[in-house]
Amino acid sequence: MSLPFIAKFLNMNVTQQIVNAIWLGGVYSLFALGYALVFSVLGVLNLAHSAVFMWGGFIGLAAVTYLNISVWLAVPIAMVGAGLIGVLLDAVAFAPLRRRNAPRISQLISSIGASILLVSIAQLIFGTQTQRFPQGSIPNDTLQGLPFRVTPIQVIILAVSLILMALLQYLVNRTRTGQAMRAVAFNERVASLLGINANGIFRLTFFLAGALAGAAGVLYGLAYNSMTPFMGDAVALKGLTVIVLGGLGNIQGAVVGGFLVAALEVFSIAAGGSNYRDAIVFTLLFVILLFRPQGLVGQAIQNRA
Amino acid sequence: MDILRSIGITEPVVQFMLVNAILGLSIYLTLYTGMFSLANAGFMAIGAYTGVILTQQVGLPLWAGLIGGMLLAGLIAVPIGLPVLRLRDIYLAIATIGFGEVARILILNFDTLASSILGHEVVLTEGALGIKGIPKIAETWHLILFLVVASYFIIRLHRSRFGLAMAAIRQDEQAAANMGIDVVYVKNAVFIMSAVLAAGAGVLKAHLTRTIGPNDYGFGLAVDILAFAVLGGTSTFMGPIIGGFVLTALPEVLRDFKQYRGVVNGAILLIVIVYLPGGLVNPAGWARLWRRLRRSEDTSGTLPVLWR
Repeated sequence: MSLPFIAKFLNMNVTQQIVNAIWLGGVYSLFALGYALVFSVLGVLNLAHSAVFMWGGFIGLAAVTYLNISVWLAVPIAMVGAGLIGVLLDAVAFAPLRRRNAPRISQLISSIGASILLVSIAQLIFGTQTQRFPQGSIPNDTLQGLPFRVTPIQVIILAVSLILMALLQYLVNRTRTGQAMRAVAFNERVASLLGINANGIFRLTFFLAGALAGAAGVLYGLAYNSMTPFMGDAVALKGLTVIVLGGLGNIQGAVVGGFLVAALEVFSIAAGGSNYRDAIVFTLLFVILLFRPQGLVGQAIQNRA
Repeated sequence: MDILRSIGITEPVVQFMLVNAILGLSIYLTLYTGMFSLANAGFMAIGAYTGVILTQQVGLPLWAGLIGGMLLAGLIAVPIGLPVLRLRDIYLAIATIGFGEVARILILNFDTLASSILGHEVVLTEGALGIKGIPKIAETWHLILFLVVASYFIIRLHRSRFGLAMAAIRQDEQAAANMGIDVVYVKNAVFIMSAVLAAGAGVLKAHLTRTIGPNDYGFGLAVDILAFAVLGGTSTFMGPIIGGFVLTALPEVLRDFKQYRGVVNGAILLIVIVYLPGGLVNPAGWARLWRRLRRSEDTSGTLPVLWR
């Protein structure tokens, strides 16, 4: 097994794999950023994040199919729609438990409930069959004159992801709102005493996380052009892996982790190890958790592990 | 019994309720010790595959498969638990999910992997297709007996020194260590017990469903098992049992809602956990809910706001 494996590894078109890893990494990072944002501000894992991702994809699809708008306008529409679903999610599944000071684990379970609910509603509305963007709405011709294959959609995916990541970075680190978010993340009580509307910040966080998931959902849908209400399952666990690799709740870490996981996946598939793709990713995760529980990016904090 | 059957709880449903109650108990042990481990789905897979290989391919009786599956899961839990249980909270949860996924993928690729190492063809786990035609030799009374024995074991455990140490570690690990409790030993022993229980449930379930496949034991199952315990409540061992019963029976009882089943299912899970964050089996939670409901009735418009 090992010899052909290595030969294949040496033979593959490395540039092409790097290109594939980069655009896929953009989608993973966008998705994981939403997880990371909620975790860093609220300290809870939102397991309904993948359901919001799926809804973002379908909102974009519906906008393109029924409103006949271009694919590019579908991204902002899906972001707003998914952002609002995020706010709703907070109001239904998280805010009531926060008010009651319930243990974090019940918030995890309520997010599972919300996830089941969101996926079932999507099933009722959109059906369970695979849906595609209308023919001709996605530009699919390979760009000419490059030493590797890349479609316009892949370029756009990378561009949109990078722009959104830069905007988020700016918002969190350079604006007053971002300062308030960081204050609430650090200590909600003290932030509230200093006059920050903590609940408003939580809502904003869920809106942003939802919007990022929505963007990721549309881009993922455009890239693979096949959507079902269960498409979130494919990325749910990957998103978790990404934020742990990067360091839980660490925004730069989520970006690094997203590209890393995508690269591992793409290269293990290209090397003929597609059966072991996830095993490779999770073994890495396992090792990193044991030796660097603070993630690849970020500093050690005593009580984390 | 006829009443149960008329609302959709037939004997197979009862059997799955019992299996899920055992799974609930398996995660209860770790949660009770303050460990947020999601490895149970992985151990269930190890148990199920070992048990089935022993009964179907070796031809041993069910009890031998059961013991074999539980034993192997317990043995595997040792090298997994020693490094992983140093982690806490969400980090432990994700590391154990990682273990479950790796176990699942190894089972999926076991045949090709073993064939290439041994140099001749091996057919044991049958890859993504899974094992079919497993003899249906598990009976309802087996499940009841297993659940009763497990419950009795847990009751005895709670009354023992070891059980007190488990509770102490949950409340404050540092303080427990200072009182002379061997935290590493207790945590690992509990992790092994939890793995053994999950594996037992896996063996029994495999001999009910007659087919098993690696994809039956993924992330979704790990999360479901957690939901059994948390929805039922983890303040007593009855919680996970009731949680397993309720969450298994619910989709069947709601059969008449057909396409709305998922919606109602999700909504019920959400409502229960929002109004009873401590779970279903939690008298204090019910009392609080009752007080809140009564208060909102009593005070609606009877007193001016200033007097309240």
